[in-house]
Amino acid sequence: MALGGIRNIVVAGAGQAAAQALQSLRSGGYDGRLSVVGDEAALPYQRPPLSKAYLKGEFEQDRLYFKPGAWYEDQKIDVVLGTTVTGINRARREVQLEHGGHLAYDVLILATGSRPRQLTLPGADLAGVYDLRTLADVGRLSPQMVPGRKMVIIGAGYIGLEAAAVARQMGLEVTVLEMAPRVLARVTSPVLSAFYEAEHRGHGVRILTGVQTARLNGANGQVTSVVLADGTELPADIVLSGIGILPNEELAKNAGIACSNGILVDRDGRTSDPQVFAAGDCASRPLVHYGRSGRLESVHNAIEQGKLVAAAILGLPRPAEDCPWFWSDQYDLKLQIAGLSQGYDTHVVRGDPATRRFAVFYLKNATLIAVDAVNSPPEFLASKKLIISGAKLAPDVLIDTSTPMKDIAAQAAA
Amino acid sequence: MAKITFIAHNGTERPVEARNGMSVMEVAVNNSIPGIDADCGGACACATCHVYVDEAFLSKTGEQQEMEKSMLDFAENVRPNSRLSCQIKVTDALDGLRVTTPESQH
Repeated sequence: MALGGIRNIVVAGAGQAAAQALQSLRSGGYDGRLSVVGDEAALPYQRPPLSKAYLKGEFEQDRLYFKPGAWYEDQKIDVVLGTTVTGINRARREVQLEHGGHLAYDVLILATGSRPRQLTLPGADLAGVYDLRTLADVGRLSPQMVPGRKMVIIGAGYIGLEAAAVARQMGLEVTVLEMAPRVLARVTSPVLSAFYEAEHRGHGVRILTGVQTARLNGANGQVTSVVLADGTELPADIVLSGIGILPNEELAKNAGIACSNGILVDRDGRTSDPQVFAAGDCASRPLVHYGRSGRLESVHNAIEQGKLVAAAILGLPRPAEDCPWFWSDQYDLKLQIAGLSQGYDTHVVRGDPATRRFAVFYLKNATLIAVDAVNSPPEFLASKKLIISGAKLAPDVLIDTSTPMKDIAAQAAA
Repeated sequence: MAKITFIAHNGTERPVEARNGMSVMEVAVNNSIPGIDADCGGACACATCHVYVDEAFLSKTGEQQEMEKSMLDFAENVRPNSRLSCQIKVTDALDGLRVTTPESQH
């Protein structure tokens, strides 16, 4: 259902979902007023390189931007940066801005993203303790990444491990601390966890799993060590926290919009208020290939929801919903993930992890629901199609490396 | 610097100036060339920046790495001159390059 008479759209947030919504609205023919309000100082930019190539200093800041500044002028988009949206008055259809003033809207898109979960340990406010989420975070962290310095990373999720790989390659001494019994425990299987632990150890990263961090010690306001619950003290010049992210849903919640670990939206990205949409990390959406709802923290999700929201607002046909996908670069390993593995009942490994080229398939009721593909694009790309098709697959077919993935996919589709 | 011309599947041409060191994909995205989405931002993870390179320039665009080869193997309408534009780095040698975007990406 198209919304009639829309002449004024405000986008709150300026990350990937926002950038996509702006592009899709304009390319979809919307020529009314369009504003974007972001709390960071920079134009919308790509976050994935912040823990990968950009952290390593491999390219300049302007290459992170989705679009150059001139594009926004050209597209007649009002860009308000360094400003937080502090409130929504749904009755008056306007948003309040941090520095005073307000913006009226016919339609509001919430693309407020997420924020790093904060360490609550004693000493967490010492200098030398960092998050890794924004360009400003990298701006603070990167001058400290000096060879020989001791870096302790709290949390062995993708951000923590990607940062560990970069820091190691830059010549820092790196220790990764993880509460769970293995790295990547929340997001993947023991097979992949064991592989990445071995890779990092092989590169000289010290990984301690099943450990509890008790406090951070400092001298003159600067962190000097991390102390574990068992009393072990690990010297640290730099502490990086990578313990997960939380959705920025408070703006919606305070305005009475339904939230539950994310702003609740339908397939079109519409919230409980039909004039308000949400997209990206902040939104909890129907996961149509999985028969449930959930929040995805990914580029694919931000792009797709940006497109879905724009299409719904403009009354265009709903774009196809792809199988969720992700990637992670560590050392020379490219991990490509398709699907969501939560709830799998069987997993099989195709190829030999010792060759650093293999894939782990996750099945539920004999149906493929996810794959983790290490240096294996065919396994990743074929699985994206297989997951959407819902075809039944025998594990022994999937692990038969004498049959190319392309043929396996073609046979399953036949 | 190099002048690169992007040609849509319907023949429409868009010549643009490209800075050395950027990828052809980045040049396309900065200039809003339709048909090059580049969802992954150049990480060779998505295959949404597939282009056809003018045969005369094919050797100057560099060797395809294993990763790109296997990503392309799954792209639609692949031809011998198919490349992922995120994997082509702009150099002076590419001045005059012409690339065409496949119809399936529009």
